[in-house]
Amino acid sequence: MSILIYSVATLGTLGLIYGLGLAFASKKFHVEIDPKIEEINEILPNANCGACGYPGCAAYAEAIVEKGADINLCAPGGDEVIKHIAEIMGLEATAADNKVAIIHCQSGGKDNTHLRYIYHGIESCKAAILVSDGPNACNYGCVFQYDCVRACKFDAMHIDDNGMIIVDKEKCTGCGACAIACPRDLIEMVSIKKRVHILCTSHDKGAISRKVCGNNTACIACTLCVKKCPVDAITMENNLAVINYDKCIVCGMCADVCPTSAIFDPLKEIRAQKKAATKVKAEAIKKKIEEQKAKENKEDK
Amino acid sequence: MEFVGKILFMAVMAVFVQNFVLMRFLGLCPYIGVSKKLDSALGMGMAVIFVMTMASTFTWLIHTYLLVPLHIEFLQTIAFILTIASLVQLVEMVIQKTAPALYKALGVFLPLITTNCAVLGVAILNIQSEYSFIFAILNGLFGGIGFSLVLILMAGIRERLERAELPASMRGMPIAMIVAGSMALAFLGFSGLKF
Repeated sequence: MSILIYSVATLGTLGLIYGLGLAFASKKFHVEIDPKIEEINEILPNANCGACGYPGCAAYAEAIVEKGADINLCAPGGDEVIKHIAEIMGLEATAADNKVAIIHCQSGGKDNTHLRYIYHGIESCKAAILVSDGPNACNYGCVFQYDCVRACKFDAMHIDDNGMIIVDKEKCTGCGACAIACPRDLIEMVSIKKRVHILCTSHDKGAISRKVCGNNTACIACTLCVKKCPVDAITMENNLAVINYDKCIVCGMCADVCPTSAIFDPLKEIRAQKKAATKVKAEAIKKKIEEQKAKENKEDK
Repeated sequence: MEFVGKILFMAVMAVFVQNFVLMRFLGLCPYIGVSKKLDSALGMGMAVIFVMTMASTFTWLIHTYLLVPLHIEFLQTIAFILTIASLVQLVEMVIQKTAPALYKALGVFLPLITTNCAVLGVAILNIQSEYSFIFAILNGLFGGIGFSLVLILMAGIRERLERAELPASMRGMPIAMIVAGSMALAFLGFSGLKF
């Protein structure tokens, strides 16, 4: 019986002493932590994707508060998150430059691709291109093992019936995980407003790249686009046209002039609609002015 | 002179021959977890040396003057854990206040010293080996030094491995495990030491 009492008493006393000691120490060694860090951390999406350039959402929250990092770096969070962070930090919200993934080559889908052999290995692009430079006739093209689709954390990449990869630009957060996953560097992160891109990454000479391309969209390095571009945004580098997105004004002239349709302009229709809309508006205003003039003339008479 | 000889013997035993990590396989979690950077390995090593020495001191006192007279030695484990946990908490608070950079570098591994089996291991081994008070403290100190030594060696090797060209599947943890195995084999050589 005495052992029971002793053990309870001993542990109870030890616990009490340690507890009091720690309570005293926590008062003495108290450290203030900025409550803003926690607030921002709660707003961030907590996907820990690393698109902001920090090791995770918590690290980014800390960097905003302590190092004054830019508040518009969180791509998955979008404008909503930026607005909230701006409120907490007392700053003006600056819109994020929303980026989306563009895929430079799709080899024309599974049916059209010219193949050298049929690949039956493990389902990985990295593995496929190890076997004598990949199954495609073109040494630069997409091999359809979908490393990028598996890398996407936001379900923004889908595979259509022909094996082509479709980027859902609504869901794409611009984190760039797919671009890292692609062993042939076919994916680039481009501002959603400047999605005009070259559908080819082949550095082969025009004659070869055209022959092996299943999509018939090989860049043959004719330099027509380079000459046509009004702002000199396109350069020909090693048999391949490259668009400098800092200069590009998205006029779509290069896409119109390209003889192999290697330049894809997804914004053409949107631009046309906008143009038509402004035209209608301008005409309406013109009409109104004329009517007014006519009216004034009548009154003068 | 004999006393100094005994201390030296104990130092060599605790640091090399009976190294806590590589020979007794205690404290493996921080050995793998905190050995990525030399700086944090150094900080962790210092923290463990401090905690092990303090733990040895306090647990020996509690065992000898509390548990033995009351004949409740069966409470050894729980009483020791209680002591170690409180000590680690105290160390964490002090480090957070005095060295925030070190606190950040150690991260989650600082509270994990609580469950570092090397710390509880040294406390229990002190009692089992029936060391005197002074030697119990020294055993804790040298045990901590041995732990820090392998931790720092490992961190140095892994910092170099970061820059080495390795196949993607071997990068990071797999190669760290292989290195840990090789280090354990190397330390096995010390077990042949005779005095």
